[in-house]
Amino acid sequence: MNIHEYQTKDLLKHYGVPVPPGRVVHTDAQAATVAEEIGGARWVVKAQIHSGGRGKAGGVRVGSSIDEVRVIANEIIGSVLVTHQTGAEGRLVRRVLVEQASNIVREYYIGLVIDRATRRITLVASAEGGVEIEVVAQQTPERIIREIIDPAVGLLDFQCRKVAYKVGLKGTLLPQAVKVMKGLYRCMRDNDAIMAEINPLAIVDSGQLLALDAKMSFDDNALYRRPTVSELRDFDEEDPKEVEATGHGLNYIALDGDVGCIVNGAGLAMATMDAITLHGGRPANFLDVGGGATPEKVANAFHIVLQDPAVKLILINIFAGINRCDWIATGIIQAMRDQNIKMPIIVRLAGTNVEEGRAILNASQFPFIIASDLNDAAAIAVTEVNNIVKKVAPLEKEPS
Amino acid sequence: MSVFLNKDSRVIFQGFTGQHATFHAEEAMKIGTNVTGGVTPGKGGTQHLGLPVFDTVEEAVRETGADVSGIFAPPPFAADAIMEAIDAGIKTIVVIADGIPVQDMVRVERYRLGTNSIIIGPNTPGIITPGVGKVGIMPSHIYSPGRVGIVSRSGTLNYEAVAQMSDLGLGQSSSIGIGGDPVNGTDFATVLKAFEDDPDTDAVLMIGEIGGPQEVDAARWAKKNMRKPLICYVAGLSAPPGRRMGHAGAIISSESDTATAKIDTIEALGMFVVRNPADIGATVLRAIK
Repeated sequence: MNIHEYQTKDLLKHYGVPVPPGRVVHTDAQAATVAEEIGGARWVVKAQIHSGGRGKAGGVRVGSSIDEVRVIANEIIGSVLVTHQTGAEGRLVRRVLVEQASNIVREYYIGLVIDRATRRITLVASAEGGVEIEVVAQQTPERIIREIIDPAVGLLDFQCRKVAYKVGLKGTLLPQAVKVMKGLYRCMRDNDAIMAEINPLAIVDSGQLLALDAKMSFDDNALYRRPTVSELRDFDEEDPKEVEATGHGLNYIALDGDVGCIVNGAGLAMATMDAITLHGGRPANFLDVGGGATPEKVANAFHIVLQDPAVKLILINIFAGINRCDWIATGIIQAMRDQNIKMPIIVRLAGTNVEEGRAILNASQFPFIIASDLNDAAAIAVTEVNNIVKKVAPLEKEPS
Repeated sequence: MSVFLNKDSRVIFQGFTGQHATFHAEEAMKIGTNVTGGVTPGKGGTQHLGLPVFDTVEEAVRETGADVSGIFAPPPFAADAIMEAIDAGIKTIVVIADGIPVQDMVRVERYRLGTNSIIIGPNTPGIITPGVGKVGIMPSHIYSPGRVGIVSRSGTLNYEAVAQMSDLGLGQSSSIGIGGDPVNGTDFATVLKAFEDDPDTDAVLMIGEIGGPQEVDAARWAKKNMRKPLICYVAGLSAPPGRRMGHAGAIISSESDTATAKIDTIEALGMFVVRNPADIGATVLRAIK
């Protein structure tokens, strides 16, 4: 789960990480009031959406008067930002963070990740602040400093000092840097985050270290024990189909193709997408119905997949272990009947109770296309979808 | 012989009397798994499925000589159950739970350091050694005794591979699910080593997916240390970056996390690679010949 920048900064403040004075607002009038309250000569108005690259998209701007802050806030709130992470449709901005602007002397990067190779939380730092860390890692990997944290003792002062020295944070900045790193670590640990970063961590003209931008991402599996973090979830930032799927215990991710997919198991779901792609088709989604799927759950899966208007047909690929093919088949029939589905449905069933499942499909009046294996299923799906596209295309060109 | 679970293994289940553990313990016993009892705190001294129930793993180990444990505790309680099994000296710990907080697994892995325990999972269908037994939730009827070892992150994709192999008359020595989580107890390379050392295994099929470095790390290990053929498939060619594809660990965070990058690197290391998941069985057959 991701949260907004202003929420991350609020959290970090509680752990002693210094952030610029500022507040989140929903209207231009509030923006002006906040600018006046926090004081200063210049203010930054920052669009609050779950995406990087907001600056380049025009979502982060500086105002030099209260009036200017109001005008900028008015322009940003309600606008749609298109960044490299939002896709072409962009994201509606519902609120902005108004902060005192800082005079930056130098920028650094400080982050924490769960390193899969060492199975530990790892502190990552770089003197190249304000740049995406992935870019630094690719172009100048030697400029990235890493320190592995032993969970039994946590991040130690000397580790922070080592890292601070290596990136060049010395003198009076050293104790400040230690405090920031330890605060970031405690915030990650105590809230079950899976990623936390301050980028940039800036030295400003007063000689202070300030977290000018920060990002955190949380472990969905730990939200049950982090009620305060759960409350920070913003459903407006998520695909409604994905939210609905989660509510039904399904795993759904929208993609940009036209072959709808209903599969059991994450690995098989990815493999099904791969097979479709290798046959020249494009999957419309990833969907895992999970184990022990009831007919209702299968019917819900249809409902979610069909909300995507691009879907031209549906491929169902089930290899039942703890699932049952007869339940799956019953769910398919239920969806066909209740949701009045007209598009081609390709079904591949294997594993537990496969004969019963096929019998249920055959006994129905619906014209299912039964595939014998994964390859067959993908090949048929791609042929069928191409036929539909061919049939539709000439109609569109006909003069009215 | 076969790896991690063999004819000498003595198995217990933690969370034994729960609904899932009961069902899967019965299934395991049906195919001959040597189940010796189980643990449910508070129910010690009773019998379940005709076997003794203990309050603690320590007691179960002392009384039954168990060296393998299948943990069916739900995610919030799984880390504690794993550490209890480690403390009691269990050698192979199979963790079925999907949804254990990742920082719990970071702590568990720290606790495991310096012990002889191996954790299979979490978020795994488990281990099966056809003809000997299973500790897990996989449908045992699709597996058959043979000489190919399988190790995978995904459960259903493992089943898919087994079905393709069965069509070609290929069976399995053991099949190990290492699980779909970002921090898992046992990585691919550890399982490859076990298969390399196993006289009953002739070749190994490794089924990976997007996210993390471990497929490539394992292939590098294999190039240096393995004499048996290794066949690899990596799922998620068409997965978008930055999205978690069902498994907590299946996420592309950098270029090297993609299926294409992994499979290209593994191919360059000289391993057999499968690009179309429908060709898994055929590629295994080709590698053996």
